[in-house]
Amino acid sequence: MSSEIENQVKLLEEQLKKLQKKQPKDQISIIVFSGDLDKALAAMIIATGARAMDTEVKMFFTFWGTAMLRDKNKSGKGKDFMSKMFGIMLPKGSTKLKLSNMNMAGMGTSMMKGLMKKKRVASLSEMFGTAAELGVEINICEMSMDLMGFKREEMIDYPNLHYVGVGSYLADAEESRVQLFI
Amino acid sequence: MTTDELKALKSDLVIDARGTACPGPLLAAKKAIGEIESGEIMEILSADEGTKHDIPRWCDKMEHEFLGFVDTDSYSRLFLKKA
Repeated sequence: MSSEIENQVKLLEEQLKKLQKKQPKDQISIIVFSGDLDKALAAMIIATGARAMDTEVKMFFTFWGTAMLRDKNKSGKGKDFMSKMFGIMLPKGSTKLKLSNMNMAGMGTSMMKGLMKKKRVASLSEMFGTAAELGVEINICEMSMDLMGFKREEMIDYPNLHYVGVGSYLADAEESRVQLFI
Repeated sequence: MTTDELKALKSDLVIDARGTACPGPLLAAKKAIGEIESGEIMEILSADEGTKHDIPRWCDKMEHEFLGFVDTDSYSRLFLKKA
């Protein structure tokens, strides 16, 4: 009789372990698809705020979002014509992003940047610094980089940066309690 | 705690986050909380209205005790006791 109970307890413990493994962690995953200044700001505020709340943060930069991770002082070597064109057309780093609305040929964007300074909102590049300090993980979609013709050597120096595919995003997303697509 | 009780509190650490907007004060609080011991009182100065809602939620999650806030002309003083 007692061995039967023991067996049942063992079985329950095993199932509990399995269930616990499936429980999402205190973690947020954020996809940054957009390359607009306003949307990038929202993503970075949420990411740094989440770290203040002790939540793990996994960011995935894909498509237009990859351009803001370029370092304005670096360049990639051995690019073909199309890659060079993309390189010129797309913003080189977080300081070159434009507003998604009211850009007005750049006037709106510089007005917004002035306003942010006045209202003491951190700039996007400051936020990347804070994110690095707080341990926000940045993942870059390798395929997007390849499409846009970006090379690894022209991306920013960041302590927790990985080049990944959709599988890594999905694995992290399944473990996260909160998901955002920006 | 009442406003008078809060005003009479002796803070073990005062963090001035008036120079930053959201999420600055929250980040400042997170950074500074390691500097005090359990049971000690931290005071955060913030000029960001949203922080008055954020800090209590943060305390709730981190299990610190939010004691309340006092408004002055241009900023708020928020008090918490470290868990």
